[in-house]
Amino acid sequence: MKKDKSASLFQKEQVKESLKQSFVKLNPRIMIKNPIMFTVEVSTFTMLLVTLYSMGNASQGSFGYNLFVFIMLLLTLLFANFAEAIAEARGKAQTDSLRKTREDTPAKKIVNGKIVIVSSSTLKKGDIFICEAGDIIPSDGEITEGIASIDESAITGESAPVIRESGGDKSSITGGTKVLSDEIKVLVTTEPGESFLDKMIALVEGASRQKTPNEIALTILLAGFTLVFVIVCITLKPFGDYTGATLTIASLISLFVCLIPTTIGGLLSAIGIAGMDRALRANVITKSGKAVETAGDIDVLLLDKTGTITIGNRKATKFYPTQSNSMDVSFTDFVKYCMLSSASDDTPEGKSIIALGHENNLRMRDLDTTGARMVKFSAETKCSGINLADGTEIRKGAFETIRMMVEEAGNFFPQDTKQQVQSISKNGGTPLVVCINRKIAGVIELQDIIKPGIQERFERLRKMGVKTVMVTGDNPLTAKYIAEKAGVDDFIAEAKPEDKMNYIKKEQNAGKLVAMMGDGTNDAPALAQANVGVAMNSGTQAAKEAGNMVDLDNDPTKLIEIVEIGKQLLMTRGTLTTFSIANDVAKYFAIVPALFMIAIPELSALNIMHLHSPESAILSAVIFNAIIIPILIPLALRGVQYKPIGASDLLRRNLLIYGVGGVIAPFIGIKLIDLFIGLLF
Amino acid sequence: MNTELIGIIAQIVLMVALAWPLGKYISKVYKGEKNWSDFMNPLENSLYKICGIDSKEEMNWKHFLKALLTLNFFLFLWGMLLLVCQSWLPLNPDGNSSQSFHQAFNTSISFLVNCDLQHYSGESGLTYFTQLFVVMLFQFITAATGMAAMAGIMRSMAAKSTKTIGNFWYFLVRSCTRVLLPLSLIVGFIIILQGTPMGFDGKMDITTLEGAKQTISQGPAAAIVAIKQLGTNGGGYFGANSAHPLENPSYLTNMVECISLLLIPMAMIFALGFNLKRKKLAYSIFAVMMFAFLVSTSINVYQEMHGNPRLGAMGITQHGGSMEGKEVRFGSGATALWSSATTVTSNGSVNGMHDSMMPLSGMTEMLNMQINSWFGGVGVGFLNYYVFIIITVFISGLMVGRTPELLGKKVEAREMKIATILALFHPFLILVGTALSAWMFVHASGYVAGEGGWLNNPGFHGLSEMFYEFTSSSANNGSGFEGLVDNTLFWNMSTGLVMILSRFIPIIGQVAIAGLLAKKKYIPEGAGTLKIDTATFGVMTFAVIFIIAALSFFPIQALSTIAEHLSL
Repeated sequence: MKKDKSASLFQKEQVKESLKQSFVKLNPRIMIKNPIMFTVEVSTFTMLLVTLYSMGNASQGSFGYNLFVFIMLLLTLLFANFAEAIAEARGKAQTDSLRKTREDTPAKKIVNGKIVIVSSSTLKKGDIFICEAGDIIPSDGEITEGIASIDESAITGESAPVIRESGGDKSSITGGTKVLSDEIKVLVTTEPGESFLDKMIALVEGASRQKTPNEIALTILLAGFTLVFVIVCITLKPFGDYTGATLTIASLISLFVCLIPTTIGGLLSAIGIAGMDRALRANVITKSGKAVETAGDIDVLLLDKTGTITIGNRKATKFYPTQSNSMDVSFTDFVKYCMLSSASDDTPEGKSIIALGHENNLRMRDLDTTGARMVKFSAETKCSGINLADGTEIRKGAFETIRMMVEEAGNFFPQDTKQQVQSISKNGGTPLVVCINRKIAGVIELQDIIKPGIQERFERLRKMGVKTVMVTGDNPLTAKYIAEKAGVDDFIAEAKPEDKMNYIKKEQNAGKLVAMMGDGTNDAPALAQANVGVAMNSGTQAAKEAGNMVDLDNDPTKLIEIVEIGKQLLMTRGTLTTFSIANDVAKYFAIVPALFMIAIPELSALNIMHLHSPESAILSAVIFNAIIIPILIPLALRGVQYKPIGASDLLRRNLLIYGVGGVIAPFIGIKLIDLFIGLLF
Repeated sequence: MNTELIGIIAQIVLMVALAWPLGKYISKVYKGEKNWSDFMNPLENSLYKICGIDSKEEMNWKHFLKALLTLNFFLFLWGMLLLVCQSWLPLNPDGNSSQSFHQAFNTSISFLVNCDLQHYSGESGLTYFTQLFVVMLFQFITAATGMAAMAGIMRSMAAKSTKTIGNFWYFLVRSCTRVLLPLSLIVGFIIILQGTPMGFDGKMDITTLEGAKQTISQGPAAAIVAIKQLGTNGGGYFGANSAHPLENPSYLTNMVECISLLLIPMAMIFALGFNLKRKKLAYSIFAVMMFAFLVSTSINVYQEMHGNPRLGAMGITQHGGSMEGKEVRFGSGATALWSSATTVTSNGSVNGMHDSMMPLSGMTEMLNMQINSWFGGVGVGFLNYYVFIIITVFISGLMVGRTPELLGKKVEAREMKIATILALFHPFLILVGTALSAWMFVHASGYVAGEGGWLNNPGFHGLSEMFYEFTSSSANNGSGFEGLVDNTLFWNMSTGLVMILSRFIPIIGQVAIAGLLAKKKYIPEGAGTLKIDTATFGVMTFAVIFIIAALSFFPIQALSTIAEHLSL
């Protein structure tokens, strides 16, 4: 289930299965879902009848010619079916590896307080089971009791085990993963067959695939084009009668099939499936195809600072003891005090203070903590620290907290430390003030480390027209500094969960589409409110329910990839539509002179490609029309490359490649095919 | 340089130069901003009062359409009634008879839909009463109807999010009193000075220089000629339209009338820019339309001024170009320009016979009408273009990887459905109509013979004549390849039906799209938004419009005009 971009587009078994499906999909009841290809099917059937008729009667052209046209039309259908089938097969290959994790595993279900071994497939929503070290977790659920380390590599491909525990935001577990240590009690949260993975599998395999709004609108346009060509071809018969030209059914049908947008019509569903497949390859489970499409339209992206913009948590980077006379403390002493204050502090910040102490050649074991009493951080005191055996009280905390504590004790706050605090804040750091016996000893600087390469990604997003917003609990000064350094466009500082929600609503009221990523239960309302809400797989069940995508990698920068996948999806449809319609110009110049050249010799002046004969001209056009579909399958599956160069430039670029290219390519293609056919006849 | 070419260039430059300030003024008129024509206020207010109209009432798109359609329905009945009774009505000094039922059906629809296809000749087919109270009345009101529809669409495009698109009656009345009426007075005055009649006397009996006796029709011509040119109507007072010496006496009147053809259609595009405060958008649309107009004009001027190769082969020198069906006082160049101007707009008046023009000129004339959105009819021309903008926005939006938006409104399945139907409806009517007539010509020759055989020219040109008739009807243009014997049951009924469908279905659809889009949430422009006022988008729109028309009509053009050209 790891990304494997080097994998070839066509794998042997997939191709085999797809070939079979190409025929199965000829069933008119399946075909009618795609109105464009359905008209081709009707045409093909008509040609079959004409071919049979021409066995005994040459008024509709020779048997060989009719048979050839029939075969080419059939191939056109099969190629289109193959495109859809191969896209499905690729999606299926992805989901199969997911499904393996769903295979029946024994579950230790708790029934009336006793453990009963049942099959995982019988687990229902609301059941409770137990998992011990070495067990495969039988179903998605939420831990109700206990803590365990879990190997999620089967889903994410990430080998480092993760910790999951009851309560809080890390309580959700996924079926198919393995418990490595400890024991947990788990509440089943989904009915069998309704988990995200099941939904995704159904989506890719076509069972529950629904057309997205853009796809519907495009289908309407394409159906319109088809309809006009129905009229063009039918009315051609009376015009032919008037001018005395006899038109065979084969030539009219060839003209029709060549003109209708079969290229995009045949590839349309493959493009849609491939879009979801690409999302899946990026380890993102989408709950609907629409979500992927919406992702391409995103205007505003809400990103958590921690883990997305900065690496993990803040780190202590420097000690600043005060120089004030009131508190005579040497640098080494200050570092010692700082380390003592963090002796029992197992927050990442606390640990980093100890680590920074080590860099200054001080060891924890050198410090005397016998008889000391640890003071943990609490909401009331808003500081933590230690009371040493000799009665020394060391406290560290935010500037305001410590200032109040010190000033209440009647001591003053030294000027140099105050300045230090400000300069740390201004540089994006977080100051942690340390006091000893309610006298200021100095300040520790904590810094955020911005992820390498993140600036480039934001620059890319800006060019795409996406505004990035950093969400952080930091104070506005720090937030501003980091926002500028990382290159985000806006930030929400000192963010509470409802701030995210309000920001999203504000942007949406201005007509913007907002995407965000979250994992906690308190993110759930915002995830639901956002147009694209990506929940991390490690997040709570509530978060996963609220979002419309789940990221299996728990990688917050994934949103950027999702936006590009969405854009690619729309672009592929747009460019292939343009290409398909542009192709018609050349096809006209091949077929129209061929239809009338015999009755109206003057019209051979329109045969600008100098095609060999009327029959070879029509056949070349039909052959070109058929083989362009398989030629474009790789493009449909991979998607048209997105370049963030601005909408107008992008339009110009795609118009040149697919519009102008679409006019020229068939002239060359048809001429080449005609040269080849000319050799045969 | 050739004086004929100088005349052509002068007319085109004047059109654009006059259209710009007029556009600015029209924008003010629809916005209700202060301007010099406010002295019309009391007149308009008393009109609203008499009709019991609240001109301040804001209408949603459905109410707007209801008002539009109701008015048109009653006008249709009014027209029918007067035409079949005209022989008994006053102002009939020449004693012209009433129209037959099917001819009245055709005529009433024809003027109602701003098409002005004429299956009669003005001298004998109408009376002064019906000339004034059917023809002229309709020429004002139907032109104003199209302009009012565009004003409603402009209102919807300008607003960020709105349920209403303005008041139909307000736009209608103001279009008449403040745009069409003043301009008609100016144009009418100029042509009266040049000799166009304006009176109620019957036919004149005169003795010619050679001593022969001749009767000359006259009547209230100048009033009708002015509005027929300005309102993209095109229905001539006399049968020969503006080729008639009394309808278009001199090169000067020809210039004035030709400029009048395009004046308001061009001004409406500028008005759009001023009204929406998006001048760049208007200029880019104008540039696309102007480009198409110049190309079609160039082809026609070249074709006509170079003469007919068949005549050349006979050793006949053609210094004046191809002069068949043209007036010596205008020359082939001015007629070529007019033929292009009258078909890019849905006017349809002529100053020479299109039937006699070179085949490729016929092709561009038909192509202009088949596209029907290069300037087009007053108001409705832009409406047609608007449909193509929707389609272009959709395709190009997808091409840049974004759900398509038009001026901050998402274009979705419902709008696409309407736009697709509208874009294809026009080719549908033309192709099916022409196919039906071609089929009948071959397979129902008995019936056709009973209607006079229809065609005066066999072969490719005959197909062109039928093709042109349906094209002109569906484009609400009204010009014709007059070699066709068209005052018959088949042609009156079929073209009547085509005209009425091709007028009201598009207007309903276009106003509906605008109304639906107006209601949607406004999305502010961002860096990822596709701008529609750029050259790239203009080129894309041109390509979409041209390709749809080319794909629909290439086969039949090949069999008619192109085949005729190649066999010259």
